[in-house]
Order: sequence, then structure tokens, then C-alpha cells
Amino acid sequence: MDLRLTEDELAFRGEVRAFVRDNLPASIREKSVAGRRLAKDDYVRWTRILAAKGWSVPHWPVEWGGTGWSPVKQSIFLDEVQRGYAPEAIAFGVSMVGPVIYTFGSEAQKKRFLPGIVDLSDWWCQGFSEPGAGSDLASLRTAARRDGESWVISGQKTWTTMAQYADFIFVLARTNPQAKKQEGISFFLLDMKSPGVTVRPIQTIDGGHEVNEVFFDDVRIPLDAIVGEENKGWDYAKFLLANERNGIARVGISKGRLDRIRQLAAIPVYGSGPKIDDPFFRARLAAVEVDLKALEMTQMRVISNQRRDGKPDPASSVLKIKGSEIQQATTELLMEVVGPYVLPYEDPEALTNEPPAGPDWAGPAAANYFNTRKVTIYGGSNEIQRGIIAKAILGL
Amino acid sequence: MDFDLSSEQQMLRDNVARLMKKKYGFEQRKAYLAAANGFSDDLWRAYADLGLLGAPFAEEDGGFGGGPVETMIAMEEFGKALALEPYLETVVLGGALVRHAAAPEQRADLIGRIAAGDLRLSFAHAERQSGFDLNDVGLTAKRDGAAFVLDGEKGLVVNGDSADALIVSARVAGGRRDRDGIGLFLVDAEAPGVSRRGYPTQDGRRAAEIAFANVRVAPDNVLGSPEDGLPAIERAVDETIAALAAEAVGAMSEALAMTVEYLKTRKQFGVTIGSFQALQHRASDMVVALEQARSMMYFATMSAADDDADERAKAISAAKVQIGRSAKFIGQQAVQMHGGIAMTYEYKVGHLFKRLTMIDGAFGDADLHLRRLGDRGSLFA
Repeated sequence: MDLRLTEDELAFRGEVRAFVRDNLPASIREKSVAGRRLAKDDYVRWTRILAAKGWSVPHWPVEWGGTGWSPVKQSIFLDEVQRGYAPEAIAFGVSMVGPVIYTFGSEAQKKRFLPGIVDLSDWWCQGFSEPGAGSDLASLRTAARRDGESWVISGQKTWTTMAQYADFIFVLARTNPQAKKQEGISFFLLDMKSPGVTVRPIQTIDGGHEVNEVFFDDVRIPLDAIVGEENKGWDYAKFLLANERNGIARVGISKGRLDRIRQLAAIPVYGSGPKIDDPFFRARLAAVEVDLKALEMTQMRVISNQRRDGKPDPASSVLKIKGSEIQQATTELLMEVVGPYVLPYEDPEALTNEPPAGPDWAGPAAANYFNTRKVTIYGGSNEIQRGIIAKAILGL
Repeated sequence: MDFDLSSEQQMLRDNVARLMKKKYGFEQRKAYLAAANGFSDDLWRAYADLGLLGAPFAEEDGGFGGGPVETMIAMEEFGKALALEPYLETVVLGGALVRHAAAPEQRADLIGRIAAGDLRLSFAHAERQSGFDLNDVGLTAKRDGAAFVLDGEKGLVVNGDSADALIVSARVAGGRRDRDGIGLFLVDAEAPGVSRRGYPTQDGRRAAEIAFANVRVAPDNVLGSPEDGLPAIERAVDETIAALAAEAVGAMSEALAMTVEYLKTRKQFGVTIGSFQALQHRASDMVVALEQARSMMYFATMSAADDDADERAKAISAAKVQIGRSAKFIGQQAVQMHGGIAMTYEYKVGHLFKRLTMIDGAFGDADLHLRRLGDRGSLFA
């Protein structure tokens, strides 16, 4: 047992840290540090910088653009990119549909779709949740029927993150209404420009436009737009969701936010002096750090288990629960450090050069706190994760 | 980064687990508790035979060349079984004081006797007024030629009533709360002037209040420099906290296992109570608390040998915070989900709960370590 990073891993960490420091455009970094919304172009620009280095899809097979890094190195990479305030990879392509395509897709699908994910020339979004199918995803009602040389899709998806930017959507749709609910679902790849696709924005409590409703009104797509076998979509979805939970701990994001909290807490932003001088605040900050340190070690344990048997670990539900709770705790602390000047509202979607009403360091701390309540809800709510632990780990 | 045990360590774990399974059933434990010293001399002998008592010591000092990982392995198994023998006091805490304070020839002598099972130690350090402040030492050591004479009182000396020898901290120079001027002295428990009042503790162990009246310590029994003992004490306590973390993880995992077993067998309203979602989710929260604690046990074990005192102190305090919080949650919920049976003295879960509660209180509870950590700055520097 040796829990230190090896010389090689330490050198790698230094290399990634330096790369992010030297290559992340200042304008993107400034927005991320302040907690402001990134534009589509910011994501594309950073992904292209990574792709040019060969680092945009590290965990993929090498033949499709992956790096061949060990799981520990992949984790170090993610941690450094997140802590360095770089944009996160667009998970819908990189972590979700990409692995589904290279694992279950046809050769033609691999050639058509994987390169566009590597350099983000194709932006993907996720067509899973529906108004009547949230935690009970398998009860989804969007239907696909075969008609000549086409599949015809009809129904509605919701909570579709960044669908307004998307070129493609992957969709779970019912192909056999007679079968048991998990056994009649198929997995489709669909062009957002297809006639009959409508995207309607949903405004979230922070005022932002992140999520959407997507309507399919008899949308015709080719027969080869199905992934793998008909009626096996639920298996691919389970594979995808298990992948989604890897990296969901977002340890680096929370570290970056804690860095920001310490930075602001060290300067006397109000007359009462630096917040860090308050022992009660220090203790609360330390409590979150303890949780995060433990989570970081737990994540390493899960990673090293995976290395051994290759299967997703139900312990990743532990990562989801703690990781999301810690993200929320850090947004609360940041709001507390910012203090009275959390009050002014700034429209996250406004394209304006007008300076903020309050001091610039205040940023949208309250908006991010409100927005971050989503993390215990999405990706399988924390209650769903507790159910998984009870069944898969405890056998209850 | 590698969480795997070596094949020797795996074997050590199997051996300890097998011994606990064979000798530490909860009914058998009741017989050990009834002994005057509150534990089993036979098992102490068995630990010596297994090599456990010398496991964490260097070979040149008469040990078996292990370290914090070997201690972790043994303590986790002891924690599951609620083992009563003074392993923590003798091998972990006493052993660490000897390693860090004693001169080489003293070290070889004492460690050889510990490893052979011939010497049981207790650390007589806390005093009525000291709380968790390791620097608060009022018991005096006055020079008498090259020897010293001890006068004063120590309290909460775990297994102090049955120890063969005591390592006593004493004020050689300076004021009661000064960091400098503290010495460490090895005192035979039966020496003239030593009077011990033993008593049972809340977690089924024993401790003693000990008075020292004009107790003479020969120059050979002064451990290291007589005025510079505090860094060794702090380091030994850090290592002990890491070991306690492993004991706590063992006790927590046993409490969780018993709770899950109970949820699967106890029936009410015609079904097993484990079918109720309220209890499933609570049990899942216990898993989360246990895994976070286990992670910090590894972190503490890895950091216990860190020579950088500040980094070590941060890591150990962080682990103590996590252990304390997880232990409280798991202990309380294990009792709650068992219901009335957990309130009975004859059932094990309540005793796990009590031990976990006392572990949180040992060497500073979660809140105290949280404050210390807060004062030391970021864990992620």
C-alpha cells in the first residue's frame, strides 16, 4: 500500500497544471473564477486547444483519440483541469454517447460521430428525461415506429441541457409498447435539424437558460440511426449512466471553489476585516475540506477497484452523494464570504458590457448557489443513489 | 497510488481475523471482561506468538519491520471484535513514545520486551486540569544528581492499573503550560511512592488515577532528553490517533454489518423491516459515512509517518474529525435501527456504540480537531 503519487504521476500533474495555466484563454478563466456562465464558443475554443494536444477525450480508446492514460492519470487530469478553472468537457458527447457509440455502435456510426465529439464540431445533448419519466426513467413514452426506410419519432423530452447549442441528440424511445417497460426501449441518434424537432427554453431559478424541452413531432430519421439492437436501449442507457457517475464527484471543481473562497476570505472585503479571521467560519470551511479530502480518497479507492475488475462500482453512488453535497456546501460558503453583496441580480444571459451593480469580486454567488441545488437532483437523484447502495451494496 | 496490501500484510490480516473469530465471540469476551485486569492474558500471549506485538517496530530495535499499515490492520480487526487487550496503550502509544524519545539502547531493550509480550505499558500523561492540551503538565520532576524525583498526580491512565510500567510525563522546567521543559520517565508500576486507583471505563475497559509521591527515577529510565519531550509526545499521539481511526473503522463496519443483518431478519407488519425505504436510505447513509471514514483512515495511516509535523498534524486532525462524525452517526443509527434490543447490556451493538463514543472523545473530539485544522490553513495547499 502506498497512497502517494508516484514520481511519474507527480510529473504528469505538473505537466497538466502548466498546460492549463499556459493555454487556457484569460477571458475564459476570468469568467470561470467569477462563476459566470460560459458561452458555447468558450467550450468549443477550449476543446479545440485540448484536441490539438490530444487530450480532449482522455479515457477513450486510443484509436478514436484517447490517451491510454491509467485511471489514476485520468483522474489527475480531470482534477487539474477543473481546479485550473478550465471549462468542463461537454459530458453528453465525451462521457455519455461517445462511449456508447464506440462500445455498441456500428463502424459507420463510429466513423461518422466520434471525430465530431473529439473536437466538439458536433455538440450533443441528452434525450432521456420526460415530463412523466424522471427517476422512473424506464416509464418513458416517446415512441419510435418503423415506416418504410425511416424511424418516426414522436414525443417529448425535458431537462435537456444546452439543447439550444446542440447539433445532435441521443434519444431513448419506446419501440415495443407490448414488452415489459425496460425491454421495449431503443437508443437513437438524431440530428437536431430534422424537421419536426422543436426546442423550447426552460428558465431555471437563477434566471439562466441551461435546460430545455425538446419536442418530436413525427420526426423521420434513417433506419441506421438506431444504436446496437432494437429493444436493447435500456442496457446501453444503464452503461451510459454508470459512466456518467464516474467523475461526478467533481473534486477538482470543489477544490477550485474552495481556493476562491480562501482567496476572498483573506481580503477584508468589508470593514469587519477578513472573513478568515472568524474562527467559526474557519471551522465550517475546514469541515467541508475534511469531507472533500475524504471524498478524494474515496474516489481513488473506487478508481483502483475499477482497475481490477473493469465493472462499474456501486460505490460510485457514494461519490455522487458526497460529491454533490460538497458542491452545494461550497456554494453556500462562497455566498457567505461574499456577504451582503450577494443581493444584486445579474441576468446570466444578458450580453452586456455594463459593469455589475456591486463589486466585481461578488460575482453571481447567490445565483450559483441556487443553480447548484440541481446537482443532488440530476444524474440519478441522491435518493435514487441511496436506493442503489441499499440494493447493490447492502442487499436490502 | 496503490491501496493493495502486500502478501505479508494480507496474511497478517487473515491471521488476526481468524484469531478474533475463534477467540473473541461476544460471549467469550464477557469472560475476559470479568478478569481483574479486564482482558485476557492468554490472548496477549497469542498476539506475541503471532508477531503482532513487534509488528510496527524496526528490525534493528527487535521488531518485525512493519509500520503504520501493520498497526492499521491489527487495530481494524480489534475494533470489530471490541478486543480489550492494551495493544493501543502498549504497542502503539507506548511503543511510539519509546521509538521517538528513547536512546538507542533503551529502545532496543524496551521494544524487545514489548515484542516478546513481557512488558505492558501505559502512558501517564493527562492531569485533572489538562483537558486535551498535551503541553499542560504539572506533575514535577526534580533533579537529584543524575536521577529525578517525581511528585504529582495523573489521571485517565488507560490500563494503568494493570500495566507493568508507566511512561510518565513530568515538568522538569518552566511553567505548567510551557512547551519546553517536559520530560518522559519510565517508572515501574510497583515502585515505591506509586499508588494506583483502578476503575472501569464507560467502554468496558479499565483506567487508573495514579499518585506519585517522591518517586525516584534512575538515570537509565529517563527517556531521551529530559526537557524536550513534547515533540515526541505529539508525534506519538498523532500515530495513536491514526491507529484509533482504524479501530473505529473496524467498530463502525461491525455495527453496520449487524444493523444490515438485523434489517434483513427482523419482521414487523408482516415484512422484514429492511424493506422500508426510510430504513434503507438511513443504512445507505451509514455506508457513505463508513466509506468516508475508511478513506480518512488510509489518509491518517499514510500521514502518520510524515516527518513534517505541520502536514502530519493537519492530516491527523482531518482524520479525527471525519472519524468522530462518522462514528457518532453510525453508532447512533445502529442503536436506533435495532430498536430496543440495542439498549440491552447483553447485546453487542450498544457496546460498539459506547466504544465509538469514547474514541471520539479520546485525544480531542471532532470539534476540537476541526478548530485546530481551521487554525492551520488549507488541507489542499
